[in-house]
Amino acid sequence: MLSIKLAYRNLVGAGLRTWLNVFVLSFVYILIIWHYGVIDGWNIQARKDMQDWEVGNGQYWQQNYDPYDFFTLEDSHAKIPEAFKKGIEEGNLAPVLISQGSVYPEGRIQSMLLKGIDPDQKVLDLPTAEMNVELELMPAIIGRRMGKTCKLQEGDTTIIRWRDVNGTFDAAEIKVVKVFNCNVPNVDGGQIWIPIKDLQQMMQTPDEATMFVIGDKFEIIENVPGWKYKNQASLMTEMDEIIKLKKVGGSFLYFVLILLAMLAIFDTQVLSIFRRQKEIGTYIAMGMTRKQVVSLFTVEGAMHAILAVIVGTIYGAPFLIWQMKAGFSMPAGTDDMGLSIAEKIFPVYGIGLIISTILLVLVVTTIVSYMPARKISKMNPTDAIKGKIQ
Amino acid sequence: MENSKIITLEGVKKHFPIGGGKFTALNGITLTFGKGEFAGFVGPSGSGKTTLLNIIGSLDTPSEGKALVLDNDIGKLNAKKAALLRRENLGFIFQTYNLLPVYTVFENIEFPLLLFNMSSSKRKKAVLEAIEWVGLTDKIKSRPAQLSGGECQRVAIARAMVKKPVVVLADEPTANLDSENSHHILQTMENLNKNLKTTFIFATHDDKVIRYLKRKILLKDGKVTADEVVKK
Repeated sequence: MLSIKLAYRNLVGAGLRTWLNVFVLSFVYILIIWHYGVIDGWNIQARKDMQDWEVGNGQYWQQNYDPYDFFTLEDSHAKIPEAFKKGIEEGNLAPVLISQGSVYPEGRIQSMLLKGIDPDQKVLDLPTAEMNVELELMPAIIGRRMGKTCKLQEGDTTIIRWRDVNGTFDAAEIKVVKVFNCNVPNVDGGQIWIPIKDLQQMMQTPDEATMFVIGDKFEIIENVPGWKYKNQASLMTEMDEIIKLKKVGGSFLYFVLILLAMLAIFDTQVLSIFRRQKEIGTYIAMGMTRKQVVSLFTVEGAMHAILAVIVGTIYGAPFLIWQMKAGFSMPAGTDDMGLSIAEKIFPVYGIGLIISTILLVLVVTTIVSYMPARKISKMNPTDAIKGKIQ
Repeated sequence: MENSKIITLEGVKKHFPIGGGKFTALNGITLTFGKGEFAGFVGPSGSGKTTLLNIIGSLDTPSEGKALVLDNDIGKLNAKKAALLRRENLGFIFQTYNLLPVYTVFENIEFPLLLFNMSSSKRKKAVLEAIEWVGLTDKIKSRPAQLSGGECQRVAIARAMVKKPVVVLADEPTANLDSENSHHILQTMENLNKNLKTTFIFATHDDKVIRYLKRKILLKDGKVTADEVVKK
């Protein structure tokens, strides 16, 4: 209790020196919480986007389908099983037919994936309804990245070429009816979405699909001959691995920031020993035990961390809340990194993150305060009183 | 007479390691002090005054001999017991005041009382009384940086006296003060000695202080060369 009282007096009395340390520490708190909040926000957004735009509530793949091997696409389609018909009718299952093809924007050839999907589907967030228009040309939707790569905008027309199930090449003109903005590269880059009926006709594979995206209300049928069930978790594995990697990278920054805080406090405490030797000698002369002096300096350090929480809350909480609402704009070009990154990331601050950050900084600060304070106990009091550097 | 002895030094020697050898700062000091004395170690620099004061103040230990302060053998006290002895019975006044720079006058004087389990109202009363002794009631909220040297030393005296210790040890208390302030300080200490029966032991070579001493112990090269009681 005495240490707390004296430490508080010392900190308040030290004025600017205290507030500088407190500000550095509070900055570290805010930066750690904000940084982790951004990563968590990114993770949550990325997972949600991936579920809403690509993965759904799981998928069924035609048994030959391998998204990492384009050569399998030729054989990766089959008749829509009877077991799925009800789900499709009820809008809980979205069939997708995939084929390889080429697009000729401005006369240049570019490989792409042609994906056929029901314009009326509600399982994915893709704006497929935009394809429900009466046109002479085939309607198509593309993502922002694809539009950028092919220099295609809404209303543009272009030629696509594909090979049907018999190996015959054919070509048609499409009209881009919508360029959608999506954070998931897997439904955007190098892909053109057209109505599934049109693709089935083009491929001469009527009533066939490569995969099905499962909606929330669909009751999973485990064994459908010729089709592999992929649950949501397995489809998100890659994403989860990326999140783990990001967290490892984030931890590095976390420790750099902790190190920064440690240095600030350690430096202050070490400096204090030299600058405050006379004061320490006076404490001892007045009857403080060495343990009390060590305790006083340790509590002083810990109090920096506690004051930093208060100061950090005063100026940091409004900032963090504002960031949570306004979001953090990602720098231009990050959407080309191949990761699911939104233009704006809305940080998410869990109570666990806040408490663990406060506790960690408090514990680390206390430890680094104790270390130099221990040196005090070895000081010769007669020299300390005179303020002799030891 | 025996019962009133509060400090007994018997053949106290103090050696400091220097280079490969040792320097003898005190060379067989034998002295006693009774309650209410106003005494001082007088001698040139290096004569051992401060070393002797540090031993009596349990800030240092004798290399040889015995130093008994209020029945505590300084050489055998552990750090905690020495701290308790200082806390409860000894007050210190330093040449450079050694006030805590971030504290106000009130807080500086209050500090020794914080080490006791004393209620805040009792503490406040004791501090105000001590401030009155030294005549600094108008500077209660000032910080040391805002005070003159004389005022700082008066705060140091009040801090040393606030807990009403048995012995006050003053190391060159007037070294940084002008004549007028020195006399003021010494008169304050003399009054406290007279009124509270506190034992004052000085280490000094300042004539102004020497004139006030009731007992002068002359030191030279770590030895007592004279021990005179001044009759006024």
